[in-house]
Amino acid sequence: MKNRLETVPFKDTPEKRAQLEQIIADYKEVPGGLIQVLKKAQDVYGYLPLEVQITVAEGLGISLEEVYGVVTFYSFFSIEPKGEHNISVCLGTACYVKGAGQIYERLCERLGLKDGGCTPDGKFSLSACRCIGACGLAPVLTVDEEVYGRLTVDDVDKILAKYM
Amino acid sequence: MYRSHVLVCGGTGCTSSGSAKVIEALENEIAKNGLQEEIKVIKTGCFGLCAVGPIMIVYPEGCFYSRVEASDIPEIVEEHLVKGRPVKRLLYKETVENDTIKSLNHTQFYQKQKRVALRNCGVIDPENIDEYIAHDGYEALAKCLTEYTPEQVIQIILDSGLRGRGGAGFPTGLKWKLAAANHDDQKYVACNADEGDPGAFMDRSVLEGDPHAIIEAMAIAGYAVGATKGFVYIRAEYPIAVKRLEIAIEQAREYGLLGKNIFSSGFDFDMEIRLGAGAFVCGEETALLTSIEGKRGEPRPRPPFPAQKGLFGKPTLLNNVETYANITQIILNGPEWFSSMGTEKSKGTKVFALGGKINNTGLVEVPMGTTLREVIEEIGGGIPNGKKFKAAQTGGPSGGCIPAQHFDVPIDYDNLISIGSMMGSGGLIVMDEDTCMVDIAKFFLEFTVEESCGKCTPCRIGTKRLYEMLEKITKGEGTLEDLDKMEELCYYIKNNSLCGLGQTAPNPVLSTLRYFRDEYVAHVVEKRCPAGVCKDLLSYEIIADKCKGCTACARKCPVNAISGAVKQPHVIDKSKCIKCGACIETCKFAAIIKK
Repeated sequence: MKNRLETVPFKDTPEKRAQLEQIIADYKEVPGGLIQVLKKAQDVYGYLPLEVQITVAEGLGISLEEVYGVVTFYSFFSIEPKGEHNISVCLGTACYVKGAGQIYERLCERLGLKDGGCTPDGKFSLSACRCIGACGLAPVLTVDEEVYGRLTVDDVDKILAKYM
Repeated sequence: MYRSHVLVCGGTGCTSSGSAKVIEALENEIAKNGLQEEIKVIKTGCFGLCAVGPIMIVYPEGCFYSRVEASDIPEIVEEHLVKGRPVKRLLYKETVENDTIKSLNHTQFYQKQKRVALRNCGVIDPENIDEYIAHDGYEALAKCLTEYTPEQVIQIILDSGLRGRGGAGFPTGLKWKLAAANHDDQKYVACNADEGDPGAFMDRSVLEGDPHAIIEAMAIAGYAVGATKGFVYIRAEYPIAVKRLEIAIEQAREYGLLGKNIFSSGFDFDMEIRLGAGAFVCGEETALLTSIEGKRGEPRPRPPFPAQKGLFGKPTLLNNVETYANITQIILNGPEWFSSMGTEKSKGTKVFALGGKINNTGLVEVPMGTTLREVIEEIGGGIPNGKKFKAAQTGGPSGGCIPAQHFDVPIDYDNLISIGSMMGSGGLIVMDEDTCMVDIAKFFLEFTVEESCGKCTPCRIGTKRLYEMLEKITKGEGTLEDLDKMEELCYYIKNNSLCGLGQTAPNPVLSTLRYFRDEYVAHVVEKRCPAGVCKDLLSYEIIADKCKGCTACARKCPVNAISGAVKQPHVIDKSKCIKCGACIETCKFAAIIKK
């Protein structure tokens, strides 16, 4: 949470709030439903800021500590907002052996990021991920839902240009 | 009746290389030619040869098209589907031989394979239960429910010699027997589809290509151990697999193959999907069950084993996807059939995900006991660009690197352990001379440091310290004493960690130390990285004799470290150089070397 002040302030809307409350109501009685609730809540808000975690904790009748513990345990959950386009470079073994590390470095360099994160204009966020299972096309990266495979470092600029 | 069936791979590999667009173009083009009644397009699961995707097969000829693009479709429809002339230019190279077209099964990639777990992948439409049923689907479940007692089912699995395909190789029949022996008002069966080993994707391919096989096997397991409810714990990173499994569960319910009183036998069974949220440790059985309960996926000490106290404190049977994928075939063909394949202690087949520096990346299924040489050189087509094989990594972050000297060892559970690696889930990453073994060990340790859940100290702190020592070595600051200390720490972590993650985390270090100690020594003593990977140990130089002074490198250098007059040899200022390698890529005269 240390970088909270630097990131985009949390914006809520009545529609999103209503959706969140509905999700909580749907899973209140399901044993072990917390992870499902957090997943759906992240689909609504794009990330899980403290405000959302508090609502989930109160709604499910569990402590905020438990919610925060789960959110920070799983890499799927993010407490930081994502950029307009989310770039994820696979750093699984097959991709790493084929040079995904250099592709990640080139992206950091081009986006002016030290080691992943979100660009100040909120346009791109960059992260490394563990194996999306497209090892036959290694090295791969994804931009939002689109997969780019059989990459070389030189492809980075071409891909970024598509989203500029 | 259709006169032709066109199968297009809709697995993750081919979808990533654009098969959805190919299917769309194909359907449009077929409609344009008014052939909808004659030709059927089927989106299948993975064929295995992901390297040449998107893949498409036209039956009845069995023509195997590779790297098909949407723009190729009009030609294929016009020439092949309308006029009956296969488009040779687009056929997979190896299937065309002196004007005759070979079938897929006769290519080197498929010839040596024996597909049991993958039998329906790339063959049926996974979103259509009728196709599964037409391939003997749900017959094994019917047989169990109507002909066998639960004890007989367990005996068949015991006799087959099937061992868990998730990595540890525990005898599956024994696991079932233990779960059956514990009585409670509610029991569960669970499926581990949290395929966290980076570089392994067989479980995903089975779920994408043949989801009903898992549903059927879980129902059989439920019957055998006395459970009425199943959970599939699957990675959220596998959206296609999740979707197909959801569709399959829905269809099975509609057909009465899940739900109450299945096959009028009085047996009830239903199941649901739980998504993982990205934690490698959740592949460990107790952590997985804790995660299904909606908590932090931390492992807990065993005993009690899940068979005694598992999910929500009830007896639970947990098997891996590939293990389940073998069950129906064992029931239908008998345990002797299954145990006739493989080696003395490892029966049946194993699926491997071939990746890294190998020509035919993809999924292969071979009988246990096949050698690494057969898998890599024959099926895998060898190493690209004439490079030399250095090591094969199996078992992911828990496994080790196998050097060339063990190329002819038959692969099975026990042999892999004796040469310092392990089967793991079946990821097989090939490394060539350009891969630094110290760097790879560091790569895996970085992974385990990040994925260690933090519950027990040997793993949480031990892996971190190990990583720091490796980092020191890759920076050229290590000492020979460090190597011994590292080894000692490795054994300490192995012996004292709570769960499988920590107990196996040092394996990549131990196996590389065992087989590639000379590379470690080169880093430590000579301050040199033989593979030219570790940046801190590299330096770039221009060979004056070869440099033409074209200035290309100087212009490309991002930090202006290269200087020199036009048509004069250039020099690199080593204090400025950031070792990005851009100059080497740019130089047309091979005048720049890294050492």
